[in-house]
Amino acid sequence: MFKKYSIAAGAALAVGLAGIVAPAVAKVEGDTIVIGSSLSFTGKYSTNGFHTQKGYDFAVKRINDTGGVKVGGKSYKIKVVYYDDESTPSRASQLTERLVNQDGVKFMLGPYSSSMTKAVAPVTEKYKVPMVEAEGASRSLFTQGYRYIFAVLSTSEFYLAPVLDLIAERTKKDGYKSVSDLRIAMAFENDPFSLDVRAGVVDTAKKHGMKIVIDDKLPADLSDMSATLTKFKALKPDILLVSGHSKGAATAARQFEEMKINTRYVSITHCESAKVHVKFPKSANGLLCPTQWLTNLPNSEPIFGNAQKYDADFKKAYPEYKTGIPYQTTQASAAVLVWKDAFERANSFDTEKVRDAISATDMNTFYGPIKFSEAGNNIAKPMFYRQIQPDGSYTNIVSHKDMTVPRKVSY
Amino acid sequence: MLDNLQLLFVYAPVMNVQMILDGIFIGAVFALAAYGLALVWGVMNVKNLAQGDFVIMGGYVAFTAHNIGIHPVLALPIIAIVMFLYGLVVYQLVIKRVIDNDMFVSLLATFGLSLFMQQVMNLIYGPEVQTVDSHMYIMTMFDDFVTVPTVKIVSLGLAAFFATVIVIFMTRSRMGQAIRATAQDARAARVLGIDTNKVYMFTFGLNSAICGIAGVLVSMIWVLQPFYGIVYALRTFAIVTAAGLGNLPGVITMSFILGWVEQYAGIVAGAEYQIAAAVFVLIGVLSWRQVQMRRQRQVVR
Repeated sequence: MFKKYSIAAGAALAVGLAGIVAPAVAKVEGDTIVIGSSLSFTGKYSTNGFHTQKGYDFAVKRINDTGGVKVGGKSYKIKVVYYDDESTPSRASQLTERLVNQDGVKFMLGPYSSSMTKAVAPVTEKYKVPMVEAEGASRSLFTQGYRYIFAVLSTSEFYLAPVLDLIAERTKKDGYKSVSDLRIAMAFENDPFSLDVRAGVVDTAKKHGMKIVIDDKLPADLSDMSATLTKFKALKPDILLVSGHSKGAATAARQFEEMKINTRYVSITHCESAKVHVKFPKSANGLLCPTQWLTNLPNSEPIFGNAQKYDADFKKAYPEYKTGIPYQTTQASAAVLVWKDAFERANSFDTEKVRDAISATDMNTFYGPIKFSEAGNNIAKPMFYRQIQPDGSYTNIVSHKDMTVPRKVSY
Repeated sequence: MLDNLQLLFVYAPVMNVQMILDGIFIGAVFALAAYGLALVWGVMNVKNLAQGDFVIMGGYVAFTAHNIGIHPVLALPIIAIVMFLYGLVVYQLVIKRVIDNDMFVSLLATFGLSLFMQQVMNLIYGPEVQTVDSHMYIMTMFDDFVTVPTVKIVSLGLAAFFATVIVIFMTRSRMGQAIRATAQDARAARVLGIDTNKVYMFTFGLNSAICGIAGVLVSMIWVLQPFYGIVYALRTFAIVTAAGLGNLPGVITMSFILGWVEQYAGIVAGAEYQIAAAVFVLIGVLSWRQVQMRRQRQVVR
């Protein structure tokens, strides 16, 4: 009996010791660089958690297969250690502590969503562990003075604001006297991401002198925006902007159809992930959808070639994505490319040197150019737009001439 | 706020038609779920925090039926039966064990049940928003300004139909009488030979079936997501608390009031106050009751 306890105590002690000793060595094991990430594999973010993981894995495999990461004349392989954060911010920060303290990880890839990244960033900051993240777009991540967080994607204030620039360019063509005749209605979810989107829109509208006539903030758990749309029908604005993740997009598309909303310009975030073109083909027609990535981007690079080639190769590796790759996946792959590039330029595994190398990143990828501001967000890549066509396909909007205006809706 | 009022009553008074109609349609769906809650609360003194998740589950059953090609309205009887059986199982596994304990045990148990149901639905259907297309015509009035989807009228009809059926059932059938007797005094009912355990089980199953029907309507009108149950739980609690237990006309009136208040609050004060308005109504009713009941309050010495 006593013996049994002593074995248990010994085991516990050994585990505890391992926990204390491990950090110093585990960041690079032999010829493998270990990068940690807490991702959502269960809970409400699980779909996009898996999209992100596949993006990381695909890039890691490609880099390992094409010669790995060359540091100090030696070639290293990358390995990513994942934990499931259950879509809970507090769990994500616990797991990040664990990755750093117990597993000794010194390099991080980001979690999925702004709220998870917000929970993780203070931890990586505390331990001075650099993190390249691909899924946290909230502007507020880059106003805290964090030094160790870098994001490859365009931040949230650029999701809908550029639509106004596109529309402003074609005011005359569409029969308006001046840009200031345009009136905007907006309905944004009351969460950090959508409020950032809103801030960008408000600034741009002011710049063009457009008038905001409806400015509603939808509660996070509101599945009904008919009151806002009723007001919309009474005021008849020219532009309608909605942001509320995929549930907001689905609610909006459903109620557009129900209330026969027929506005000239409509732009919604997350229309692809909500699959509005499949579920509500009538009201989805002509919607302008922001995206982080397009398959016809011209940039080329040595690892993936270009966007078109990435698209083809990824679909070959993961046939379940043959209808289209979510941008969440492509930006995850881009984050891994940033790590490879930074290691090679730093030519060291010292976290400070690697951090400075990431900060100095200026590269071209299949995902678009990547160059970080002082705050850590990518300032080189713009947001792109696509418009849903009557047959449910998406066309790329490069300039305002590509837009079909007004939307040809028939309810 | 002032210009919203102006818009409502001066520039576009037709808006009111749309809002009153929408309020009625929303209220009808709330009334169903709220009546189920009032039933369980009144008869068994269990405050079912998982009420909203039963509604969402009903919606997902309708979604499944839709996927295999059965129109949700036609599948309603089957969905009601499936949900009834599910209610019986939940009763046997969970509710039966907490019924005689104090309030907090039942709150904790049903809260746990709510989390469990959310996660299971999330595992099966995924976290994406799902919708069921009813393929029904959308009517328009006032030059397309007011739109009334047929599916909402059908929902209103169904809600009215089921409410009538439940009232007749409660007053005429043997089981309905037993339920009411148990609600009045469980001990006396037991003395008079009513198997209260069976009554409780049936009541919970009935509540689950009513929620299922509400869920079908939700799936055709709004959107489904595994974590949306709380929206319906919150509103049904507000309705039942304000209306009082066992007061069906009260529950229905309160549901319509809530539907209207939400619509008007959404227009006048902005969408962010829509759900807050529901809670304000609850506070208003409770304060008013407090004043009203003051005369009858007695102190036991």
